[in-house]
Amino acid sequence: MEVTFRIWRQDNPTNKGGFINYVVDDLAEDMSFLEALDHLNEILVLRNEKVVAFEYDCREGICGQCGIFINGRAHGPHSNITTCQLYMRSFKDGAIITVEPWRAKSFPILKDLIVDRSAFDRIIEHGGYISAKTGTAPEANAILIGKGVSDKAMDAAACIGCGACVATCKNSSAALFTAAKINHLNSLPQGKPEAHQRVLDMTTQMEKEGFGHCSFTGACEVECPEGISIANIAEMNARYFKAKIFG
Amino acid sequence: MIIDAKIPEGKLEEKWRNYQRKSKLINPANKKKLNVIVVGSGLSGAGAAATLAELGYEVQCFCYQDSARRAHSVAAQGGINAAKNYQHDGDSVWRMFYDTLKGGDFRSREANTYRLAELSAPLIDHYTQQGVPFAREYGGVLANRSFGGVQVQRTFYARGQTGQQLLLAAYSQLYKMIRAKKVRMFTRHEMLDLVVIDGKAKGIIARDLVNGHLKRFVADAVVLATGGYSRVFRLSTLAIGCNGSAIWKAHKRGAFFAAPSFTQIHPTALPQTSEAQSKLTLMSESLRNDGRIWVPKKKGDLRKANNIPEKERDYYLERKYPSFGNLAPRDIASRAAKERIDAGHGVGRLKNAVYLDFKHAIENAGLHTIKDRYANLFTMYKKITGIDAYQEPMQISPAAHFSMGGLWVDYELMTTIPGLYAIGECNFSDHGANRLGANSLLQASVDGYFILPNTINNYLAQELTEAPISIDHPMFTKIEKEIKEHISKIFAVAGTKTVDHFHRALGKIMWQECAMSRNKLGLEKAITQINSIKEAFWADVKVTGHNDEINTELEKALRLADFIELAVLMCTDALQRAESCGAHFREEFQTAEGEAVRMDEEYAYVSAWEYKRGSFQLHKEKLAFEFVKPSVRSYK
Repeated sequence: MEVTFRIWRQDNPTNKGGFINYVVDDLAEDMSFLEALDHLNEILVLRNEKVVAFEYDCREGICGQCGIFINGRAHGPHSNITTCQLYMRSFKDGAIITVEPWRAKSFPILKDLIVDRSAFDRIIEHGGYISAKTGTAPEANAILIGKGVSDKAMDAAACIGCGACVATCKNSSAALFTAAKINHLNSLPQGKPEAHQRVLDMTTQMEKEGFGHCSFTGACEVECPEGISIANIAEMNARYFKAKIFG
Repeated sequence: MIIDAKIPEGKLEEKWRNYQRKSKLINPANKKKLNVIVVGSGLSGAGAAATLAELGYEVQCFCYQDSARRAHSVAAQGGINAAKNYQHDGDSVWRMFYDTLKGGDFRSREANTYRLAELSAPLIDHYTQQGVPFAREYGGVLANRSFGGVQVQRTFYARGQTGQQLLLAAYSQLYKMIRAKKVRMFTRHEMLDLVVIDGKAKGIIARDLVNGHLKRFVADAVVLATGGYSRVFRLSTLAIGCNGSAIWKAHKRGAFFAAPSFTQIHPTALPQTSEAQSKLTLMSESLRNDGRIWVPKKKGDLRKANNIPEKERDYYLERKYPSFGNLAPRDIASRAAKERIDAGHGVGRLKNAVYLDFKHAIENAGLHTIKDRYANLFTMYKKITGIDAYQEPMQISPAAHFSMGGLWVDYELMTTIPGLYAIGECNFSDHGANRLGANSLLQASVDGYFILPNTINNYLAQELTEAPISIDHPMFTKIEKEIKEHISKIFAVAGTKTVDHFHRALGKIMWQECAMSRNKLGLEKAITQINSIKEAFWADVKVTGHNDEINTELEKALRLADFIELAVLMCTDALQRAESCGAHFREEFQTAEGEAVRMDEEYAYVSAWEYKRGSFQLHKEKLAFEFVKPSVRSYK
């Protein structure tokens, strides 16, 4: 199949970027989208041009490193997948595919399609953990956790930190990401002692990083590869309110 | 040189305690004067970095990804083993030790393997306390399932995301210590060489992947936690960035490389469908708990799976290994699949797959139960293949997966370079010639959290009195110059072929000659061919762009140059081991039924290779079995 990739090229954070078109005519439908970009890059090398910089690692939908805005949607035309799980069979022969980096002020562009998502790490740094020093744990079954509670914590914990929620949000809000981590830890008995402080610290850092506020459009949960529900944000807000009163 | 594994004295059950009793301690005020470099932020690296920082050391941690949370530990789906005996099914530390030793076909040390089993139970306590949402029963206790190569249920899991959840726990502890200003994290930094001064590991040189700057880092000890090297096969279950460069550079600086040819081929990955493919996605082995593996009895059967009647299906694992059936260990299951595929019974478009069928499981346990256990795996399968595996069987195929081999380490996890440690998958310690499922997350975690932080002090105690080394030391200058020349040399080739072109060629040879089955002629041929690839690479590779920017082609080229050299050592190692054991199957050494024939008299040793300017010298660490008697490994 033949497609035209219309790709955002930007050499470094300060240079002005722009779209460049690349026609690739020998793609197969069962190639993944990232493999199609690999293929384009091999062509570019042989043409003595710089390759398109894009991110990936595991290529099985779990590491969260890949993330491209494709035809105006985070991770491409399907809901709830990562970019590496997108296959060329999702496009028509002859299609023009617009390929952009995540767009958010808090995720500055480093080069081409690569952005800096270290803001997420800093949110985790501010309370996205349980203070449990190695060697201090009690016997695991000494604290019982009902299957319902544990399953719900797991639903929230499933976040892979790809940033699609931010990229797709019109406010570039990191509310879904932050809420998922808060709810994962705060719903478990082990997370309770630091629960209030965690909500306050993590949300403060989230704002400090320049992410926008949530206005409940629900766009994030459509693109989240792990299908994390927007209900998590409402729960975070409730926890925030409680922490303000009782914390 | 005689290599000494420094196994503590005493009964198997007492060795670790005996070691700890005698190991040197460092008082808290002195710990903060000591610096440790940890390369890698997966389960072993993040666990070690966080724990060392908690103990009071100053830590610098490195990863090539954009965040420490991306390390490939995240990809392990199925679970983590621990001898808790929560299921009351006869499990014990001893049994877990024995299963692991036997699973590895008696090619690992008793003492190390026992310690792995011994520390497994407290590890589950540890992760639970850190907030890992392990699967639970309705009553609130932790749930278990079984995995290949064992007959008890000792595997703990967090849906199909066990690795992700454990790594998030380790990563969160790492960031806790970053916040405490005890760890400095360097993401998007790749270690390009090890700096050895007066025979001791004293630092590394890393390339900042954003701007290409080479940076010098000095420390009192260096810990490598850089994962496996199965990307040498190019197509593998590993992340695309996984590489063997850090351990290879350490090897060239004097660290012995142990059992490089012991690499595991996983039986349940998705089959290759085209040349352009970059990756083979793994489907968790846990699926073999409920799925039944079969191929059509008729060769070249073109009917759809659901149209093939029961009596025309060959459930070959159940037929050949009735007591373990579909839960036979990985090497055995992979080889059995290859045998059936080679005999013309393969299914799928390229006839390179076998079926993994859930029809009976759904009939027996109900759709709801199967969904509860594996929903995300079935969803992933559908995303990639477009097939609904609740309706028709999955197609699976063997794929390069785990490397049991790695840097040789002693009981303290120290390499042959004083002050250089290797933890997690990048070392050779506990798995012998084949790793059991759900032991990988375990080994990485135990190495990082529990063992290294209790052994490194034994070395660091003596470093307190050493004069500090500066990054201006001539050795740093010399090595940095060598790296610069190496990078310039790659650009200067300016040839006509891409890096991937050479990687594909290398992968094909390795898959053909040094994967599931090997023979003398093939291995000799492979070495010649790999040497030709090396020549061709340095004569005709092309990398565009320049060094002072994000340059993914350059990163790939640097990694591939090391893989090519490592591949020669892997084949050399496979060639010298004239026996079949675990994942290392030499065609010349098999029974009439095609089972492996081990040669304990001659080969009960760990091969440890020393780098000698382009050639390799073999050293043998004899494996003494004092507590168990190596038996023929039968799963029939």
